Parts: sequence; structure tokens; C-alpha cells
Amino acid sequence: MLAAVATFALDGIRSHEVTVEVDVRSGVSIFTLVGLPDRAVRESRERVRAALMNSGLQFPKQRLTVNLAPAHVRKAGPGFDLAIAVGVLAASDQVPREQLEDCALCGELSLSGELRPVNGALAAALGARNAGYRRLLVPAANGPEAALVDGVEVYGLPTLARMADLLHGRWAPDLARPAVPDPDEADAGPDFADVRGQDDAKRALEIAAAGGHNLLMIGPPGAGKTMLARRLPGILPPPTFDEALEVTQVHSAAGIGHGRLATERPFRAPHHTISAQGLVGGGPTPRPGEITLAHRGVLFLDELPEFGRMAIDALRQPLEEGRVEIMRGQRALEFPANATVVAACNRCPCARPPDTCSCTSLELGRYLRRLSGPLLDRIDLVCNVEAVPAVELVDREGGRRTESATVRSRVVAARERQHTRLAGTGAFCNGDMDGRLTRRQVPLDAVLAARLLAVRGTANLSGRAHDRILRVARTIADLAGRHRVTVTDLDEALSYRLDGWEAIAA
Amino acid sequence: MTGSPREDGRDHVTEGRPDEIDACDRCLRRAFLVAHLAPRIAGLLDRPAPRVAGLLALPDDAFVAAATSGDSEDAWRFVESLDLEAARAALHAAGTLAVCRHAHDYPPPLRDLADPPAVLFAVGETGALRALRDDVAVAVVGTRRASPYGTEVAYALGRGLGAAGVAVVSGLARGIDGTAHRGCLDGGGVPVAVLACGPDVVYPRRHRGLYERVRADGVVVSELPPGTRPFRWSFPARNRIMAALARLTVVVEAAEPSGSLITADFARDIGRGVAAVPGRVTSSFARGTNGLLKDGAVPVTGTEDVLDELFGVGVRRAPPWREAPAGPADPQLSAVLEAAERFESVDAIARGLGLTAAAARAALGRLEAEGYLVRRDLGGWERAAS
Repeated sequence: MLAAVATFALDGIRSHEVTVEVDVRSGVSIFTLVGLPDRAVRESRERVRAALMNSGLQFPKQRLTVNLAPAHVRKAGPGFDLAIAVGVLAASDQVPREQLEDCALCGELSLSGELRPVNGALAAALGARNAGYRRLLVPAANGPEAALVDGVEVYGLPTLARMADLLHGRWAPDLARPAVPDPDEADAGPDFADVRGQDDAKRALEIAAAGGHNLLMIGPPGAGKTMLARRLPGILPPPTFDEALEVTQVHSAAGIGHGRLATERPFRAPHHTISAQGLVGGGPTPRPGEITLAHRGVLFLDELPEFGRMAIDALRQPLEEGRVEIMRGQRALEFPANATVVAACNRCPCARPPDTCSCTSLELGRYLRRLSGPLLDRIDLVCNVEAVPAVELVDREGGRRTESATVRSRVVAARERQHTRLAGTGAFCNGDMDGRLTRRQVPLDAVLAARLLAVRGTANLSGRAHDRILRVARTIADLAGRHRVTVTDLDEALSYRLDGWEAIAA
Repeated sequence: MTGSPREDGRDHVTEGRPDEIDACDRCLRRAFLVAHLAPRIAGLLDRPAPRVAGLLALPDDAFVAAATSGDSEDAWRFVESLDLEAARAALHAAGTLAVCRHAHDYPPPLRDLADPPAVLFAVGETGALRALRDDVAVAVVGTRRASPYGTEVAYALGRGLGAAGVAVVSGLARGIDGTAHRGCLDGGGVPVAVLACGPDVVYPRRHRGLYERVRADGVVVSELPPGTRPFRWSFPARNRIMAALARLTVVVEAAEPSGSLITADFARDIGRGVAAVPGRVTSSFARGTNGLLKDGAVPVTGTEDVLDELFGVGVRRAPPWREAPAGPADPQLSAVLEAAERFESVDAIARGLGLTAAAARAALGRLEAEGYLVRRDLGGWERAAS
């Protein structure tokens, strides 16, 4: 007898449909699995056999052939277990076949017949919905995540036996409830109020958040660069539902999700020894890299000059296009990669305070040269992080305490202004604006033009640097709720710029 | 051309030659002999500095004997086989100048050395070489591993002296030497590069661009014939030429021990002035220069100090490099400008004045745009130099 079961296999961060065809006919007891299975898929035969028998179901002692279609695509991972097991049940008439027509399933089996969660349940649910299936049956642990997708009924099942009950109509489980955490219960993450002093760096982070600008922090080790960067997700606007879904999908596919909707933006801080592949993704079964895991959030690159040249160069395309394209055989795979980059470095290679620094000009030049490159072109803001003087830690009673929520409300207001102004331009925030758009969005009056002219007299300002200054000035004005960029906004923007390094590094 | 001092006149045949190649047979032979034996000298001297000067001062016989440790036949065969006419023609064809110590154009200051170079080979501006006869030159030397401070001072000195019309002698090395040359060129002065290899050999190679600039606007000299590569011993040997050519040797930055200190020693030995730029007493970069100051070297804090030492106090002044901007009119801006000189970070400036970080940033940006402040490499500002 023949049966076919639909399942969805993870491919990058998306899923593609795989039909599990099971043929049972009389003959020697043999279990063949075809359709380019990898080792984990082939081992699925043993799990299926044991799970069926331990669930009080029959494993047919007949000639059994399983085909995973389309047969030319490689299959990886244990997510086919459930579909194979149910296919066997259907082909041996242990469950009604017609029940399977409008339903897709995926899940891993334990030998006892329990259903184990799989990576990428959200992607599977999106796939099932788009392919028009009415029901999706997943392990109970994946239910809440898969249920985030509208338009498909998701059921979370504990065991294979329960699955058989459901298909027989002997058991009618409730629909899985989507895992949208209550915003009040959500972990608020680290707060700006925990960081004493560092007003300059906080201001720079606020501008970066408000305009979607990438940022470079320069300061001695231990000054709190990492601590500050970690607080950026908390002042970025809260993710919209669609953004949260994207984040959840990526994290679920990478196996680092929490089985529920991500309510905060991700923060990723890869070590500087990371490879290009680790940073942008890839591998025999393509996995998302750190830039994709930081999608809609923050990618923090501490000790930027220590990162490999190849790794940093690989970031060029993702930073420009907000996505990663990976070629694998004849297929091109796309990962989203829209993250705010925060980089950090020391003031000099020895990282000692200026009065005990022992770096030669040559060493300094070499250090700066390692900094420059494609990444620097994408960085709009540079700020300095100072080692906090001891007095600062005790005497803060009278000082302002900027809290993340307050900053975030200012950021959200600034973003709203940008959305309105940039409507229809293809850009969503000032950081997205290209040179042409920047010049259209920030018209120069006589005062601004005169100031920029004055800067050209003292510094070597490239066209890109010019655009970066205007973008940042626009964001500063947005934060202040100003319709037009004033010369004070421009002055402040000028102080964050990073031109002229080429000359030092040469 | 013939009135020059010499021990005997038998080989000196320069009459009828173009000025560019004004070297007698004997001196030329000696120069090529030194180059020929250069690798053996390298092997002979483990600690080159103290002994090399004595070796080069020896007359030919003794020099060959010392350099070859008895096995001198090869060296004499080399001398026999030398075709000096062909050598002169080759020098001429390559546009290389050569003046021997009996020639009129030989820089007189070199005669103060116990072991003056037999021949000075040079490429570049002929006039610059002649100028070394009468004009004042200053050597600006220092470590190859220079700090940003040393680099800044070397550049400023080179530029100031160049602008004041004083030739800047240095070794075209990385670090202080090259920077001083660069400053001198930017100041419109005449750089004199003294090399430890043939004058047509660019060493270090990364200074190719600088070498070409020096050659165009100044002169590159060496006691070694064209094509000779540098040897370990030829650097201190080169230093004695720098010390002799310059009336004053300014050491900008030197650790201990250092080639620049050797130059300073040579300068002292032949009665030239030695000056040094003070550095932080805790800095290893400044140990050598601060040591020189303790031993009585002239402290140099700017071009003015060098000019005062050379020509007397206030006699000669370097033209200002750039008009120093007057202070900003806005009192808050002046306050920020003053704070920027005292404090490292924006936070400290803002704290000191009770401003928000954003306001301090805006003031700093404006001060920089208006030319009062310049940015330092990785963070911080400093007052624009006048």
C-alpha cells in the first residue's frame, strides 16, 4: 500500500515542502530510505521502528520503501521522523489516509515515541500556510512558536500514540496558543541607568538608535564599551510584530530561539576570531551567520582591528544590502541581515592611557590601517568612551539619570518623524539614506553651506564623509523635534565624524 | 681645481673634467676599495660604532690589511683591475656627482673629520651640494621607532628650518629622519639626505617617494659608490658624515642605545653643537634625548631655539607657518576651547563646564570647523598649532 505525507524541511531560514512517500508491500522485512538523505535522516529508520513499537503500534514486517521527494534535494536532520512514522502508519492502514491530505507535519521522535521539538518550527508553519495546508501537526514544544503564524491550524502533540488518536478522531486537542509574551512580563534587558557617566557615549548611542546609524566606540579596555553596546537594543524602537516574527524565524532556524515570539531586538557579540563564514553565514548545510542572527538588532564587534580581514570584507555586501546571499551548488540562498553595527576599538595598539603609551607612529598607523576598509565606510558616528573617574561612581545624586525607556520614547518619536518624511523613498530611517537622498532630504541653507565650506578648509572631507555628516545632523534634528537642520545640529554631527583617517593611516 | 691640500699630487688628475666628476684617482680608488671590502668590514666588526671610524681613517695599506686580516691579495688585485676612466664615465652617464676631498666642491666641514670620506657621491640638485660649502645646515635625527610626539616635533622642526632657509641634514630612515625631511620639503627648504648605501639605492625601500622628493629639491649624498648596498657598519659611518655636515645636531627622540646618540657623539668629537628635544622623563622614547640634555646638550622646544643657537638670539626667525586664529568671540566657545586643551574626553569637558554632552559636542564641532581645534588620531582634540 502507498501513502504520502507532507512535511517541511528547513533550508537556510526558510522551509521547503518535502513529500514523504511510503510504500509497504509483502516481501522480505527491509526498510529502504531514498531521496538523498543524510546520516541523521537515514538513522531515522531506527527511531521510527522503535517509536512505533513503543507506542503500541505495529511496525510492518514487510518490504518498506520510503522516498523523500523532491529526490534531488539533499535532506538533513531528524525533522523527518514524524512524517516517516505517520507515513508508515498510513501505508499499513493503521491510520486513515484521507486524514493526511490537508495536513502537514514535522517533528523528531524519541525511541519511546515522544515527539521532540525541531529547529525552524516557525519556518515550517509559514511554509505550510503558504502551501495551503489547513493543519500543521508539530511536537508540543514547538506548538506555541508555530502558532504565531496566522492562517494554519497548529496542533502541538506530545507523543506518536496521541498522533494516531488524533488521526483516528479519537482525540481532539486544542489549537496551540501563539507564544506572544505579555509586554509587561517581557525581560526589559539591561538599562541605561546602570551605566554611570558616559553621557557622551550615551548620546551617541541615542543618535545611532534614532537614525539607524552604525557606531564606532573608541576607548580603553574596561571603560564599558560592551556594557554600553548591550543597552542599544533597549533604546531602539520595540520591534513590530512582523520584525519580531523575522527575528523569531531566524533564531528558531538557528536553534537559538526560545520557542516564543522575540520581544526584544537581538544583540550579538561574536569574538574577533570568528571566520568570514561564521560572520555572514554559509557551510555545507547553510547556516545563518552572526549578522543574520543580529537581524533587526545589534551586531557588536569588539576589538574591531583584531577581526580578520576576510571576515570584515565579507560584511560589505550584507551591510550595503541588508541581506546575505549564499551560493550553494546551483542554488542561491538568502538570509536577512539588517542590523545596526556597533564596533569598538582601543585608542592605540598598546591600549594604555596616553601618558604611559609606548606606541610608535608606525604601530599606530598600522593599527589605523587595520581599522579602515569597507566597514568604516558604513559607520556614521564615532564617539569616545573614557575610563570613568572614581568620583563619578559615588557622586550621582544630583545628576540626571537617563533611563532606557525615556531614551526609547525619544528615539521612537524621532523614528516616526523619519517615517513620515521618508515615506515613498524606499528608506526607513536616516541611516538608510544614500548620498542622493541625503542631499535631497537635508537642503543646505547659506549658514549650513558656509559651515561645511569652513570644514573643507581645515579637513579633507570626502563625499561620503559629507553625506555621513548630513545624515547624522538630520537625525540630531529629528531627536530635537526640529523640522529643519540647524547649524548647531550640524556642529554636533561634525564632532562625530571620522574622516581624515586615511591620511593618518597612510 | 688643483690648489687643494693633498699628501702627494701624483694621482690627482682632474683638470679638464666636468665639475660633476671631480675626484682624483687615488680617492676614487679608495672609495671603490671601501665598497669592495664592505662585506669583510661587516664581518670584522661586531660592535661597529667605536671601531669603524678608526678603521676608515687608516691609509690604504693598513686599511686593506686590517679589513682582510692578512689575506689581502684579492683586494690588491681588485685595485689593479679598476678602470677609473670607465668608472668616471659611468658616474657621468648616471648623472651622479663625485667630489673627492681634494676637490673645490668638497664640503669643507667634512675636513674636520679624522676620517673624511675620500669621495662624496651625490645625486640631486648640484646647487644644494655646493651650498654645503658656505650655508648653515642642521642635522635633525632620531629613532626609527618614533612616537607620535616625536613625529610631530620632527616634522615641525623640519618645516620650520626649511622655511627659515636652513638645510636639514638627515638619514632618510624611517621615523624621525624621514619625517624631518618631509617637514623640510613641505616648508620649502633644502633637504640633505646622507645614506649608508650608494646614493642611488633607496633604503628603506618604502621611502621611495620621499627619496624622489629629496632628490628633486635637495641632494642625496654618500661616501659609498652607486650600487653599494647598506651594511651594518655603514650606518654609524654615515652618522659621522651627518654630524660633520651640520653645524648643529638636533636629536628629536632617541632611546638608549641609539644610532642618533652615535651621531651626537661624533658631533661633539669634532666640536659641533648638540641639541635635544626634551621628552617625558618616564618615557622610554626619551631616555636618550633626556640623557643628552643632562650632559649639556641645548634644549630645543621649537624651531626658534635652533635658530637662536645658530645665529644668536632673535637674529633670524622662521616665517609663520599659518596665521594663528584669534580666540573665538563667543565666551562659551572660548570656555570649551580652553577646556578642550585641559581635558581628554568630551564627558570631562562637559562636566567641567556644566554642559550636556550634546552641547559640548556642538561647541567642539564648531571650534574644529572654524580651525581652532584639530582632531587627534583616535579621539580627542588639541589646539590648532600656529
